[in-house]
Amino acid sequence: MKIFKIFIILLLITNFSELKSEEKNDILKNKILKNIRCLICQGQSVYDSESEFASSIKLIVDRKINEGLKEEYIYEFLREKYGDWIVYDPQLNKNTYILWLLPLLLFLLGGAIMRKKIKI
Amino acid sequence: MKKNITILITGVVLSFCFIIFYKGLNNPNTYAPKTSIKKDIPIFNAVDFFSKKTVSSDEIFKDNTYYIVNIWASWCVPCRAEHPLLMQLNRNHSVKLIGLNYRDSFNNAKNFIDEFGNPYSRILIDKDGTLGVEFGAFGVPETFLIDRNKKIIKKFIGPIDQEAVNKIELIIK
Repeated sequence: MKIFKIFIILLLITNFSELKSEEKNDILKNKILKNIRCLICQGQSVYDSESEFASSIKLIVDRKINEGLKEEYIYEFLREKYGDWIVYDPQLNKNTYILWLLPLLLFLLGGAIMRKKIKI
Repeated sequence: MKKNITILITGVVLSFCFIIFYKGLNNPNTYAPKTSIKKDIPIFNAVDFFSKKTVSSDEIFKDNTYYIVNIWASWCVPCRAEHPLLMQLNRNHSVKLIGLNYRDSFNNAKNFIDEFGNPYSRILIDKDGTLGVEFGAFGVPETFLIDRNKKIIKKFIGPIDQEAVNKIELIIK
């Protein structure tokens, strides 16, 4: 009877941990899909779209997550296939450096002006 | 002097913003993917349409020749329009055509081939569209030209026309 109880507890624990990893995968999948642009839709992410393109991408992302691949690799894979435009969060490269550096430059410029004004 | 510097900085910042927005006005607000690319063909396994055997990409692209990968489906109306041009390309011995049957049923696809002819040296099944994603496809029809070094050198989004065929024939000559 004792062995049976231990067996039941172990079974429950393993099932719960499996459920947890499935849940984790679902959260990661949704996060990735929300950050991928549906390239044939107007202003929709892959997560929101029901188009054929989006459903194929959803399958690919699901497959890659189940293969144990990391989030960054999945973005990299899609970027390699479709270019930077597919992700909503662009990386720093020669086409996007103004986008990344301009706010910083404006912030520094504003800071310098304020510092000067305060000194006066 | 100080006033002049402030005016100068303001002028530079405003001109910079004006140039950025003015340039942005001329940019189209629709996404236009690159059609001239140089990418390696993807590594994949796929099911052959007729034999139902699984084949690898190495097996499919084993010959030292140009390849055309055409994504098609029986339900796709523009595919019907481009089909005679694919038949024309099939007569060229410098190129082999590989068909990717996209999200289709076997019977419908077979009827399509029986009715319009089979320009492909091999047809692969892409039941869920994921094979198309490996090629970086957006949908159907789409055509990729692969050179002897197994690199995708050109991509035609939408149905190919006579101009596209002329371009392909010029490259593979």
